[in-house]
Amino acid sequence: MLKRNVQQRHRVVQVITKFLIPMILLFAFYVQFHGDFGAGGGFQAGVVFASVFILHGLIFGEARTRLVLTPNTLRVLMSLGLLLYAGTGVVSLLLGGNYLNYSVLLSNPVSGQHWGIFVVELGVGITVAAVMVSLFYCFSSKRNFVGHISHPIDENELNSDG
Amino acid sequence: MNVDAIVIENIIVMVLLTLLIVVAVGIIMLNDLLTAVILSGLYSLLSATVFVAMDAVDVALTEAAVGAGISTIILLGTLSFTKRIQKPQEHNNYVALVIVCITGGALIYGTLDLPSYGDPNSPANSNPQLAQHYLTESKKEIDIPNVVTSVLASYRGYDTLGETAVVFTAGIGVLSLLGLRRRRRKEDPLLTEKQQRKQQNEDN
Repeated sequence: MLKRNVQQRHRVVQVITKFLIPMILLFAFYVQFHGDFGAGGGFQAGVVFASVFILHGLIFGEARTRLVLTPNTLRVLMSLGLLLYAGTGVVSLLLGGNYLNYSVLLSNPVSGQHWGIFVVELGVGITVAAVMVSLFYCFSSKRNFVGHISHPIDENELNSDG
Repeated sequence: MNVDAIVIENIIVMVLLTLLIVVAVGIIMLNDLLTAVILSGLYSLLSATVFVAMDAVDVALTEAAVGAGISTIILLGTLSFTKRIQKPQEHNNYVALVIVCITGGALIYGTLDLPSYGDPNSPANSNPQLAQHYLTESKKEIDIPNVVTSVLASYRGYDTLGETAVVFTAGIGVLSLLGLRRRRRKEDPLLTEKQQRKQQNEDN
């Protein structure tokens, strides 16, 4: 009898996931940077971006996702996004405008607005993505919940499955 | 838009809202929490469809991503802390029922005062200083095609900054309650030695 563990049992799902991950990432960047022209923006893009890492965690085990995106990185990113947003306001203050008035960022007020919105949306995206992935880490690290729900059988049975 | 199109749109929205009620009743009646979580994802997806029918694509995208996606996953994670089947209710709490009915009735009574959907005479639409300014001047002042984004990120930048701070604070709150540290784990045979050392460093 061939001995297989849980990871090997889900081979098909794993291969399909590897195809899906770059596409979802691309869609997240599209939603992020095309939000000025169509539906979308930082908040939505952040959630889509986070869903990539959650999908990876569900399929390959959250321990391995933690190697790709470590909790310390997440902590930094979470604050970085908010700082990016608030910092844009401070920069516009220093340049002589009101807080969060992007028109003064560049000599041309309209391109100033473009860049201001771009940076601010990026900040929102980074914070939202980091918070969502850390929420996932928090809940999944207490117990291996994927295995727990889809296979309500004990660990020995899983390991000796032939 | 001609009258037929308006009628068809109304029918679509009504059907979707009816489906929402059906799903909501299903969530209440079910004892199986896993199915209830999946149905709540379906509920969000249906609401997203309603938003699309009402031309609010930005909100629809958010609802689909957050409500149907992330929330379902987080709820599934929460479910792993508890049991899959709900405990049977042993007694009926009629006081709670009365309070819920009164609150619900008050809320419905409150909606009667709201302006109807798309009413051009509602305060939000008829105020020339605000809504009209966003719609007509956005092209000149900000020059991006999606007015939703220009309102969200520029005209109402403070609000969005506050929202981002709320998301950040919520994240910090959950982190301080649950923590990011992982439980002790068994060796993962598929990882290289270097990765295993990295994991151990993280644990310590």
